[in-house]
Amino acid sequence: MAEYDIPDDLSYSKDDEWARPAGGRVVVGVTDYAQKQLGDIVYVELPSVGTMLHQGDVFGVVESVKAVSDLYAPVSGEVVEINTDLASRPETVNEDCYGDGWMIALAVDDPAEVDDLLDAAAYARQIDERGE
Amino acid sequence: MTGLRRTPLYETHRRLDARMVEFAGFEMPVQYTSILEEHRAVREAAGLFDVSHMGQIGLTGPGAVAAADRLLTRAVHPMRPGRVRYALLCNEDGGVVDDVTVYRLAEDALFLCVNASNVEKDYRWIVRHAGAAAIVRNTSEETGLLALQGPASAEILRRACEAPLPDLRRYAFDRVAIAGSTALASRTGYTGSDGFEIYVGVGDLVRVFETILEAGKPSGLVPAGLGARDTLRLEAALPLYGHELDDSTSPLEAGLDRFVELERGGFLGAEALRRQRASGLTRRLVGFVLEDRGVARAGYPVSHAGRVVGAVTSGAPSPTLGASIGLAYVPMALTGPGTILEVGIRGRAARARVVETPFVGAPPGRTRRS
Repeated sequence: MAEYDIPDDLSYSKDDEWARPAGGRVVVGVTDYAQKQLGDIVYVELPSVGTMLHQGDVFGVVESVKAVSDLYAPVSGEVVEINTDLASRPETVNEDCYGDGWMIALAVDDPAEVDDLLDAAAYARQIDERGE
Repeated sequence: MTGLRRTPLYETHRRLDARMVEFAGFEMPVQYTSILEEHRAVREAAGLFDVSHMGQIGLTGPGAVAAADRLLTRAVHPMRPGRVRYALLCNEDGGVVDDVTVYRLAEDALFLCVNASNVEKDYRWIVRHAGAAAIVRNTSEETGLLALQGPASAEILRRACEAPLPDLRRYAFDRVAIAGSTALASRTGYTGSDGFEIYVGVGDLVRVFETILEAGKPSGLVPAGLGARDTLRLEAALPLYGHELDDSTSPLEAGLDRFVELERGGFLGAEALRRQRASGLTRRLVGFVLEDRGVARAGYPVSHAGRVVGAVTSGAPSPTLGASIGLAYVPMALTGPGTILEVGIRGRAARARVVETPFVGAPPGRTRRS
């Protein structure tokens, strides 16, 4: 079974996004598991700044050579920043999904939604249950 | 993944950290490191593919060649032993049962290399039409197949072989001695780059694979999976059965005219294809390059002036061109290069321009399959 990087200090959605509260906002990206499942990412479509998202809303699309996948908002909030570098360097998501490969930052409505997400251990169990 | 078949290289693929997927009932490597890296390796150096899931069906006996002439859209009788041809098995309606390569082994012996998804169907079809003077045998389970593809393939195979490598021209094959066994190597492939397809007994497959991989290291050879195989064949605009071809698609519509000997006739489907040629085609396969962002994928609708006119049969980002490419069946009036189409990408209309194929140039001295 392949090994996946699942940092302890992040929160995770069932749809393989991570969320990191930082300075009054929540930064969102996709997990190492997600980027490995997708393979070479060639295109990332992100929402405009100002878009209002509800938890579970589709906020974008990621296309790899082999597959296309929707991106889901792990928490509700307003998009206050997007990672514009991904337009020209989508492969950053493969190279550094928890760092430079971040996707959007949200001003959240309800900080408690972050607490309801999975912690690293629970997310790791979810991946195990999928059988890779 | 349960109930799936595996090739003898399954453990080797796992050890090489391949990501395995289901394909045609087999558990096969889709990629080892990255589809893009493996694709580039094939275009610039070489890649080694396990394609043992593909099938082989032998025809022997005094009626073997006549049977093949009747079954295939190209004649086998003029072929010298040691030559390969690409051809189609058609049904009476002119639809494609399968697209195959035929190997002339001897005066009264040949075999077809067929798509994995079609082995059983092809075997039944061939048995039904071969006649009593030909013995038909499905040798798929005892035959392993490797594809060594890319500009460095010849030097790698030369290094891997124990005896001097015969000088193989495109679409020729010969026996080669490799890793203590005898293999059949043909200068053929499914990538649009130079290369070889190497048939070995399943018992020798792992050793031959490892020998070639080792011999190729100094030349930049990497193991390559079905993901890169698909982007490579798409750049070369080579059809994939189940996408561009099926039982109700005509090879003329698919643009495979030069592999269909209508003048010769006498093969299954010839009459239907002649009628189709005489009355004119209504649609044809075209290649397109996406001018907007996104990736056109199989099944996405293709429109012109707001009206749906067809569907994408295959599509992917082209690593060589850095643009999204695809194939689609469209009405004849829309097949001219430069025609602007729209591909419906998840509710958004993306602009696509019809272009000449192959998308990526064929190597010198060769135009697609011969």
